Amino acid sequence: MIIDPFLDFAFMRRALLGCVALSLAAPPLGVFLVHRRLSLIGDALGHAILPGIALGATIAGLSVAAMSAGGVIAGLVIVLGAGLAARGTGIREDASLAGFYLVSLALGVAIVSAGGSGIDLTDLLFGAVLGVDDGALLFIASVATVTVVALAVMWRALVVETFDPGFLRHAGGGGVLWHMGFLALVVLNLVAAFHALGTLMAVGLMMLPATGARFWAGTIGGQVTAAVAMALIASAAGLVASFHADLPTGPAIVLAAGLLWAVGLVAGPQGSLVVRLMRRPHLAG
Amino acid sequence: MAITRRSLFAAPLLAAVPARALDPRPTVASFSILADMVREVGGPFLAVESIVGPEADAHVFQPSPADAQKLARARFVVINGLGFEGWMPRLIRASGFRGTQITASRGIATIKSKEHGHSHGHSHGHSHGHSHGHGHGHSHGEHDPHIWQDPRRAQAMVRNIAEGLAGADREAAEAYRTAASRYTATLAELDAWVEAQFASIPRQRRRVVTSHDAFAYYGARYGIDFLSPQGVTTRAEPSAQQIARLVQQIRRERITALFIEGGARPRVLEQVAAESGARIGGRLFSDALSGPDGPAPNYVALIRHNTRMIAEALAG
Repeated sequence: MIIDPFLDFAFMRRALLGCVALSLAAPPLGVFLVHRRLSLIGDALGHAILPGIALGATIAGLSVAAMSAGGVIAGLVIVLGAGLAARGTGIREDASLAGFYLVSLALGVAIVSAGGSGIDLTDLLFGAVLGVDDGALLFIASVATVTVVALAVMWRALVVETFDPGFLRHAGGGGVLWHMGFLALVVLNLVAAFHALGTLMAVGLMMLPATGARFWAGTIGGQVTAAVAMALIASAAGLVASFHADLPTGPAIVLAAGLLWAVGLVAGPQGSLVVRLMRRPHLAG
Repeated sequence: MAITRRSLFAAPLLAAVPARALDPRPTVASFSILADMVREVGGPFLAVESIVGPEADAHVFQPSPADAQKLARARFVVINGLGFEGWMPRLIRASGFRGTQITASRGIATIKSKEHGHSHGHSHGHSHGHSHGHGHGHSHGEHDPHIWQDPRRAQAMVRNIAEGLAGADREAAEAYRTAASRYTATLAELDAWVEAQFASIPRQRRRVVTSHDAFAYYGARYGIDFLSPQGVTTRAEPSAQQIARLVQQIRRERITALFIEGGARPRVLEQVAAESGARIGGRLFSDALSGPDGPAPNYVALIRHNTRMIAEALAG
C-alpha cells in the first residue's frame, strides 16, 4: 500500500528521489533562517527568482539548464542588491529585500505574459513533482551535495554569526561574506526546489520542517536533524497521499510538512502548547 | 447603404436584378472550418464571415451583439447542425435574420456520441469519462457533430452547402455547383492522401489517447482508435494517482501515442511517455482553424496537419 506505488511506477521513484535530495539540503538552511529571524526571506527569494526563470524559459523553452541559470542569477542579483542597498542606506535588509522581490515578481509575471513563448505562468508557479526529468534530478542532486558540503564547511562560522553577529566582525571573520554565501545557498536550493514544486511551493519544504523542528529539539544540531527527518517524512507521505487520495502532488507534500509542523506546535517536547500548559501550574506555584 | 442592401435582399425577386450579381452576398458561417468550406463554394459570389473565428472554441462561445448584427445583415447562414453550435438557433431568432439557413450536416450518416460524463479524476476502471481542463466538457446530444473530421463526409457537407446556396440564389447556382464539384474533387484527393499516410502503419499500432473527443469520424474512416485519457484532467497540478492511471491505461490498452492538451503539464507528460513507451504527439486541430500563419489556415491544411502529426506519432 505504501511501497507499491514506488515499485510500480518510475515517476514515483524519481519524484521521491528528487524530494529526498531536497529534504537533505533545504531544511537545514531553513533552521538557520528561523534563528536569524529571516523566516520570510525564503518566501521573498522564492518570488525573486521568477523573472530569471521566466527569462530562461522564454529564451530556451522549459529547459532545466536555462531556467536554473536564470533563477540563480536573478536570486543572487536580488540578494546582493538588497544587501548593498541595506548597507549603503542603513534601512533594514528585509525592507530593501521586500522592495526588490516585489519588483522582481512583477517583472517575472510581465516577462511570462509578454513573451509569447507559449510558456504558461502556472508551469512556473506550480511545479511538477511528477515531471522531474533526468536533467532536473541531476541539478537537484548537485545542489543538495553542494549545500551539504558547504554547510559542513560553514557550520561553525554560521552558528557563531547567527547567535552573535558582532563576534565575527570583531574577530575579523567577514560576517557579511558568510551571510551572503548563506543566502546564495538559499537561492540555489529554492531554484532546485522550483523544478519539483514550483516557485510558490518551493519554500514549503525549506521552512515548514525548520519552524516545526524547534518544537522537537533544543540545540541547533538537533533541530537540523529533526527538520531533515520531518522533510523526508513529509515527502514520502505527500507522495503516497497524492497517489492514494488523488491530491495534487506538490501541495500534498507541503501539506504533509504543515501537518508535522502543527503536531510539533501542539504536542512537541520543546516549548509546544501542551508543554507550556503543563508547566504553567509549576510556574504559578 | 447597409440598410438599403438589406431591404433589397429581403425582396423575393431580387435575383432578377442583374447589377446585384457582382455584389457578394453577405453570408455567415457558424465556425471557421465551415466558413472555409463556404468560401470555397461561394467564391466571388459570397462575402463569408465566421461567428466563431480561428483558434476559438465553439463549445464555450458567447455570442455578442455584433454577431447578431452580422446575422441580421446576412443573406445566407450556414451551420453545422447536430447540436454543435447549440447557441446558434437562438442567435438567429434574436437577430431577425430573414435569409436562407443551410445545415451542412443534413442527411449525413452520423456516429453516436460517446457518453459525455464528467470525470474529474474519479472515474474507475473502464469508464470513459471525459473532461478537459480548457472547458471542452460538452454534450451535443445523441450524435457526434464533428463530421468534418472525415474528408468523405466533408464532401457531402460541401454538396449540401452548394445545393442550399443554389436553391436560394438561382443566378449563381451554376457557379456554386461548379466550385463545389471542383472542391469535392480536391477533398477526394485529400482523402486518398490521408489513407496513404497510414497505409504502412499496422492496424494494431493505430491506438491514440487524446483529450479531444472530436476524432471519432476521422478514426472510423482511417481505422484509428481514439481513446480518452483516464485520469489527467485538470490544468493545475495533477495527482500521482491521475498520472498512474494514465500510465496504466497506456500499458493496458497498448496505446502508441498521446495527444493531450490543456491537461497535465508538458514535463509530466514526458515522464508518462518515457515510462509507458508511448509518444507525445503535436497539436491537433479539432474544431477551429489556426490563424493565417498557423499550420491549419484552411480545412485541407487542417486535415493534412493532423494527419502528419498522427502518422508521425504512430510510425514505428
